[in-house]
Amino acid sequence: MRQMKTRVWSKNTRSNLITYGIVIAAYLVVEVMMRAGMISSLLKGLLVPLCMYVILAVSLNLTVGILGELSLGHAGFMCVGAFSSAVFSKCMLEAVPAGGVRFFLAILVGAAFAALFGILVGIPVLRLKGDYLAIVTLAFGEIIKNIVNVIFLGRDSRGFHISTKDAFSLNLEADGEMIINGPQGITGTPQNSSFFIGIILILITLFIVINLVNSRTGRAIMAIRDNRIAAESVGINITKYKLLAFTVSASLAGVAGVLYAHNLSTLAATPKNFGYNMSIMILVFVVLGGIGNIRGSIIAAVVLTLLPEMLRSLNDYRMLIYAVVLIVTMIFTSSPGGRAFRERYSLKLLFGGKNQAKEGE
Amino acid sequence: MKKALSLLLVCAMTFSLAACGSKDEGTTAPAEDNTQTETGTDAEAPAETPAADGAVFKIGGIGPTTGGASAYGIAVQRGAQIAVDEINAAGGINGVQIELNFQDDEHDPEKSVNAYNTLKDWGMQILIGSVTSNPCIAVAEESHKDNLFQLTPSGTAVKCVQYDNAFRMCFSDPNQGLESAKYIGANSLASKVAVIYDSSDPYSVGIFEAFREEAQNQNIEIVAAEAFTADSKTDFSVQVQKAKDNGAELLYMPFYYTEASLVLAECKKQSYAPAFFGVDGMDGILSVENFDASLAENLMYMAPFVANSDDEQVKSFVTKYQEQFNEVPNQFAADAYDCVYVVKAAIEAGNVTPDMDASAMCDALKAAMTTISFDGITGKGISWEASGEPNKAPLIVQIQNGEGVAL
Repeated sequence: MRQMKTRVWSKNTRSNLITYGIVIAAYLVVEVMMRAGMISSLLKGLLVPLCMYVILAVSLNLTVGILGELSLGHAGFMCVGAFSSAVFSKCMLEAVPAGGVRFFLAILVGAAFAALFGILVGIPVLRLKGDYLAIVTLAFGEIIKNIVNVIFLGRDSRGFHISTKDAFSLNLEADGEMIINGPQGITGTPQNSSFFIGIILILITLFIVINLVNSRTGRAIMAIRDNRIAAESVGINITKYKLLAFTVSASLAGVAGVLYAHNLSTLAATPKNFGYNMSIMILVFVVLGGIGNIRGSIIAAVVLTLLPEMLRSLNDYRMLIYAVVLIVTMIFTSSPGGRAFRERYSLKLLFGGKNQAKEGE
Repeated sequence: MKKALSLLLVCAMTFSLAACGSKDEGTTAPAEDNTQTETGTDAEAPAETPAADGAVFKIGGIGPTTGGASAYGIAVQRGAQIAVDEINAAGGINGVQIELNFQDDEHDPEKSVNAYNTLKDWGMQILIGSVTSNPCIAVAEESHKDNLFQLTPSGTAVKCVQYDNAFRMCFSDPNQGLESAKYIGANSLASKVAVIYDSSDPYSVGIFEAFREEAQNQNIEIVAAEAFTADSKTDFSVQVQKAKDNGAELLYMPFYYTEASLVLAECKKQSYAPAFFGVDGMDGILSVENFDASLAENLMYMAPFVANSDDEQVKSFVTKYQEQFNEVPNQFAADAYDCVYVVKAAIEAGNVTPDMDASAMCDALKAAMTTISFDGITGKGISWEASGEPNKAPLIVQIQNGEGVAL
C-alpha cells in the first residue's frame, strides 16, 4: 500500500508529507506521553518555545534559503509581532473575554503588523543588489528594540496616552493602567499559548511556506535567487516577488512573536530575546538544518533549543559544550573535510543506497 | 537525509554528555538521582522518596551565572551556599538537612522558567530566586500556579511579589526611591536635585519614578532629569553639564556603581562638586578598577549591607566568603545568605516537615512569614507583610576616608 502511494506521488509531495508527518507524529507522541505523565516539567515548559523556534526557523528559511537574501533582523519582526499582539490582548482583555477568540485575533494582529514592517523595510531595500538587505535588517532589528524601549503607553478613562519620555508624563488618572511601560515592557499578558496552538501554527506555517515554494510564485522566487538577470529577462517582476517572499517570512516571524508574548507573563525587549543574538540564533538553526531545507530547519531548531536545557546537569560547562557542538556540527556539515567524510560514510551508502546525485543543498 | 548522520552524531554526543552529567551528580547526591533520571514525575513524587530514608529540604535557586548579569547570580549562589553549609554543619533545620540546587537563567525570563521547571523535576520544595527582576516576574507567575513558596533575594520590581506565595528580601524599587527622597528631605541635604538615570533599566526607572513623586512632598525641586541607556553608558558629559548648568546641589544616581564611577570622574573633570546620593546598586564602587577612590569621598548611598560592619554575624559571613572565594561579598551575596536563614526561620515557625508536599509547605510558610522577626546581616528585626514586602530600616552609608561607614 505504502509502495503504491509513493509511486503515485511525486518526490516533492512525498517529502512534504513526511515533513507534515514528523510534526504530527511529534505532537501525538508528546500528547500521549503527557497524558501518561511521562514528561518532565522542564520539557512541558519548553514545548511552546520549541514551536516558536520552529516557526522562526522555517520562516527565516524562506528568506535565506528560497529567496537567497541574508536577513539578520528576524528577531525584529518577532518583536513587532510580540508587542503589537500583547498590546492588543491587554486592551481587549475585557472587550473579548473568550481567550481563544482573543488569541486568534491577536495572532492576526501580530502577523499583520510584522508584515507591515516587512513591507516597509523591504520596499527600499529589496530593490538593491548585494548584501544591503542584511545590513538594513540588522539595523532594523536593533532600532525596533530601541523604539519599543522608549514607548510609554497608558490607558485611562480619557483614552490612550503615549509618551517617549517616561511614565510620569502620561499624567494617567488614578484608575489608569500602563500598557507598555518603556524598558520594563508589558507585564500581565494573558498566557494563551499552548502546545496545541503552537503545533497548529507550525502546520499552517509549513503549509504556507511549502505551497509557496511549490507554486508558480515560488518558482519565480527561486529563479531570482539562482540568476537574477535571467529571471528578469523572462519577465519576472523581481521586486514584487522578493517583497512577497520577504513579507510572508516577516509575518510568520510575527506569529512566532505572538506565541512568545503569550507564553510568559512578562515581555520586555532586551538584547537577549529580540536582539542581534536572537537573529543569529535563528540563522544558526537555518544554516545547520540546511539552507533551503525546511525539514532540516525544524529538526535543527528543536535539537538546538533542547540541547542547552538537556545539558543543565553539567552546570558551568553547559554553554561551553553547546558552543563546541555548534562548531562541530558546522565543520561536519559544511567544511570540505566534513563533506568528504560524509560522502564516504553517508547513510545511503551504508544502507545500500541509490544514487546520491539528487540532494538539494 | 544528508544531515541525518550529523544529527545522529549531535544526539549521540548530547546523550553521552548528559549521562556523564548525571553520573557526576550521583557522587554528590546519591539518594535522589535515581528518581530524577528514571521518571520525570510531578514535584511531589521525588519529594516523598527521600522522606523514607533521611529526609531533606530541597531548596531551589535561580539566577544568572553566565552572561552579562552573571556577577549577581554567582554572588547569590555563593552566599546561599555558605548559609546552607552552615546550617547543615550545625545539624540542619529541626534536625533535617537542606540541599540547594542552583540553576542558571542567563538573565532571561524564558530561560528562567526553564530553570524553574528543571528544579520542579528535581523535587524543589522552596524557591530562592530569581535574582533579577524580569525573570523573577515570569517565574512568580509559574510558582503562583503551582503554589510553591518563593523568596527572592534581589528581585526589586514591584510585580516580583504580586502573588501571595512570593516574598522578597530586598527593598522594592519604589521603596528605595521613597526612602532616599525622605532622607534627603528630612536631613535638608539639598533643595535642588538633579537626577541621572538609566532609562533602559527597570530598576533605575522604578526608583527614579518613586523618588520624583516623593520629592514633591519633601519640597525638593528636581531641576534636571537626564537619562542614559545601556548602549550609551560610557560618556556622561552631557548629563553632568545639564546638572551643573541648572545649579543642582545634589546629584541623585539610582543606578549601578560601574556607571557611577564614570559620572564621578566626569564631575571632577568639569570641576562640579555637588553632594552625591546613590542607591544600593552603588555598593561596590570602591572595588572598581582604576577608580580614584578619593572621588567617592562623602558619597552617600542606601545599602542593606556593609561588609566592614562590626556586627558579629556580618563579620563571620564576610570572613567565610573571603576564605572561600577570595573577594569581599556584595549585597547580593548578603541577601541570599539571609534568604536561606529566613527560610529556616519560617520553616521552624510554621512547623514544616520535609514530607509535606510543596503546596502544603507553601501554605504553612506563607502564614509563618508574617509572624517571624528576623535578625540577619541585611538588617535587624525584619518582618514581612502578607504582600511580600519586608519591613526593615533603610541604612544610609557614607564613604569616609575610603571606607563605607553607616550613618
